[in-house]
Amino acid sequence: MAIEVRIPTILRTYTDGAKAVDASGATIEELIGDLEARHPGIKARLVENDKLRRFVNVYLNDEDVRFLGGLGTPVSDGDTVTVLPAVAGG
Amino acid sequence: MRFDSLIESVGRTPLVGLPRLSPSPDVRIWAKLEDRNPTGSIKDRPALWMIEQAEKDGVLTPGCTILEPTSGNTGISLAMSARLKGYKLICVMPENTSEERRQLLRMYGAEIISSPAAGGSNEAVRVAKGLAAEHPDWIMLYQYGNPANWRSHYESTGPEILDDLPTVTHFVAGLGTTGTLMGVGRYLREHKPDVKIVAAEPRYGELVYGLRNVDEGFIPEIYDESVLTTRYSVTSADALKRTRELLATEGIFAGISTGCALHAAIGMGRKAVQEGERADIVFVVADGGWKYLSTGAYEGTLDEAEDRLEGQLWA
Repeated sequence: MAIEVRIPTILRTYTDGAKAVDASGATIEELIGDLEARHPGIKARLVENDKLRRFVNVYLNDEDVRFLGGLGTPVSDGDTVTVLPAVAGG
Repeated sequence: MRFDSLIESVGRTPLVGLPRLSPSPDVRIWAKLEDRNPTGSIKDRPALWMIEQAEKDGVLTPGCTILEPTSGNTGISLAMSARLKGYKLICVMPENTSEERRQLLRMYGAEIISSPAAGGSNEAVRVAKGLAAEHPDWIMLYQYGNPANWRSHYESTGPEILDDLPTVTHFVAGLGTTGTLMGVGRYLREHKPDVKIVAAEPRYGELVYGLRNVDEGFIPEIYDESVLTTRYSVTSADALKRTRELLATEGIFAGISTGCALHAAIGMGRKAVQEGERADIVFVVADGGWKYLSTGAYEGTLDEAEDRLEGQLWA
């Protein structure tokens, strides 16, 4: 089961510069676990104390996972997950 | 409608139906035309509320200098009020904002201090906070942390929507300072507990997210996640496509952040149709398209427009 994960510029040091990588898992948490196995060090930049870090936003098919089920949000084949840092507007 | 001065005419904007973009007679989409404010954007509301609150608190007195980090519209609104009320205004603006916004600010007599393009508004906030510390006599109203920002929507935008459309089921707006969503969201939820409050967040090109550590991100102090039902990230391509669609099908010439909100509104409409539910979805037209003509957003193919918009702050 492959899910595309889009990686922001600042975290591409972990993915050899790749903008998007494949990972697998049934939830966001499992997906990040699989990412960590393939790209060691990346998990600590995304997760802290079993929660998403404050300034990290993760979107499942463009919807913020904090409003879906957090790290427990189910994912399935063909989904796209996007990781972005929090930025201001206005 | 008659008003004693331009400032008095802020708000009371039209809510118009979009019969062609609405998916069915039971699922209707409505546009709140905030471009019909005195300086052409929704920001006239928070700007006026923040200034008047500071005057009430005695912080802002004649001759004072106001400092504000802004990507444009809040600055333009503050500049108009500052001119009429006799304040000096300094705006900290990211370099990658449209030329029209800069010209307007200069015309109103505001001074512009540029912040680096990389990092977008995060950088403008950082630079402004530094300047505020160096110049304690300057008054930073600080839209990202000032409760008068969301209160302007709680006291004006929200009640207007509920008065005009008591059957409202969804409210969709762009996410910047979060003021519109916090204010309208709180007001509507108090009166309609089941209302859905949906944020449409612009997804910019990579430059805007910068190369800084993820631990140095920025979340506006007034943001309260519990007010929102959900939050969508909308790409420049989708925002552009919807901005053009809005003009082509309903005749509304809006700025690009409006396309971002419309994209989420149409998504909510599709969901309601699938679930067989009635819906009255209100979304915010934050400003008109005039200030973005130089970005090339309205000319050529969508791909060309998207390329030209890369790295620009369009909301």
